[in-house]
Amino acid sequence: MKVTVAQDKCVSSGQCVLNAGGVFDQRDDDGVVILLIENPGPELADDTRRAAAACPALAIDIEE
Amino acid sequence: MTDTLAANEVSADVPEYPMERSARCPFAPPPEVLEMGASAPLSRVRIWDGSTPWLITGYEVARELFADSRVSVDDRRPGFPHWNEMMVSTVNKRPRSVFTSDAEEHTRFRRMLSKPFTFKRVEGLRPKIQQITDDHVDAILAGPQPADVVTALALPVPTLVISEMLGVPYEDHEFFQHHANVGLDRYAKAEDTMTKGMSLAKYLCDLVEAKMVDPAEDAVSDLAERVTAGEIDVKEAAQLGTGLLIAGHETTANMIGIGVLALLENPEQAALLSSTEDPKVIANAVEELMRYLSIIQNGQRRVATDDIEIAGETIRGGEGIIIDLAPANWDANAYPEPDRLDLTRDAGQQLGFGYGRHQCVGQQLARAELQIVFHTLFRRIPTLRLAIPFEEIPFKHDRLAYGVYELPVAW
Repeated sequence: MKVTVAQDKCVSSGQCVLNAGGVFDQRDDDGVVILLIENPGPELADDTRRAAAACPALAIDIEE
Repeated sequence: MTDTLAANEVSADVPEYPMERSARCPFAPPPEVLEMGASAPLSRVRIWDGSTPWLITGYEVARELFADSRVSVDDRRPGFPHWNEMMVSTVNKRPRSVFTSDAEEHTRFRRMLSKPFTFKRVEGLRPKIQQITDDHVDAILAGPQPADVVTALALPVPTLVISEMLGVPYEDHEFFQHHANVGLDRYAKAEDTMTKGMSLAKYLCDLVEAKMVDPAEDAVSDLAERVTAGEIDVKEAAQLGTGLLIAGHETTANMIGIGVLALLENPEQAALLSSTEDPKVIANAVEELMRYLSIIQNGQRRVATDDIEIAGETIRGGEGIIIDLAPANWDANAYPEPDRLDLTRDAGQQLGFGYGRHQCVGQQLARAELQIVFHTLFRRIPTLRLAIPFEEIPFKHDRLAYGVYELPVAW
């Protein structure tokens, strides 16, 4: 699984950290997404998919 | 398809919106809205000014349109389906804000507001929210019976939390509750604004100016800093602060009041919540309560900037769109048996906070507050019960945010 994020689209909802806190973080100043793990392992795959589905700005892209 | 034909379609018998909820099912969306949703995910309605925007009732269509960049929140665009007369009369007086701007302008406003609401910042607030909640439950237990959940818990907890976060003195909380209530009147008249809606804005302007001189660690000081840096003016800062303040306590307060009632009416669900310490179970319980109750009534107002083909219909550029959260969250295709409160169903993708770029800025704070308040209340007072007959509970049919005016309980 390969994850990319579009910081320009991000609206700082925090949904990615809520669903997959090990894979995503937010910048302290404005809450914009930070990708921590580009290639999450199988143990994080479900959470990462949930995060992408929950992102209200469609800023998370997953290549399986 | 010609314009004449489209106009003819609309002139048929279009139902009036908003509709009334049934007194027998006060948790459910209005029966007419559910019927419309059962036959199509979008259809025409007629609103107060005689215009006939699209009403979105289907879960998938709601999600798609919320995320579509051709769907605008700019209320100055012709065809925008305004809430009421007051909103039209102030449309050119209100500065642009996070609620009424699109694309890059919106992103700029949004990021100014996001700092205190990141997931981690809110996690850090949990001990404080727990303390405030425990203090209020202590006071309920020490006080006379019956107690009113609304005044003893639902209003003061979120008010204290948001006031602290924004840096607004708690002494002013009655002032805020009063003014927030006026702004949220579904049927507000044009003349209500000058005296009521505007005095809160004036207060916030003064507060921003005070924080420019004497800043502290709070959200209004963050906004004041942006003013000093020349990124926004005082009026814009005050408008953003007002939005946070109103959205930050009124909505959560209503969700607490009516959520407690829904749990009292479903004791096996309340027992599920009070008997667990698993944060995931508690978190999902709140998502399901949000899905079941979707307290933001009157719909999320939008206007199409271009033609949009969706679910076999064409929404024309310039046509109004109202996305109604409650029927979307009760769409049986997304949530089987939607009228059943089931805290164990996966409700993680519910639409109670909206979706798309304008999804609730304060959602992580609201989640933390609701998780702590519902769990703490039912864990500490497991014998909680209604102190008046269900039929006598006054519901907020007349507000933009649904809820209960009072909720007398005993234990």
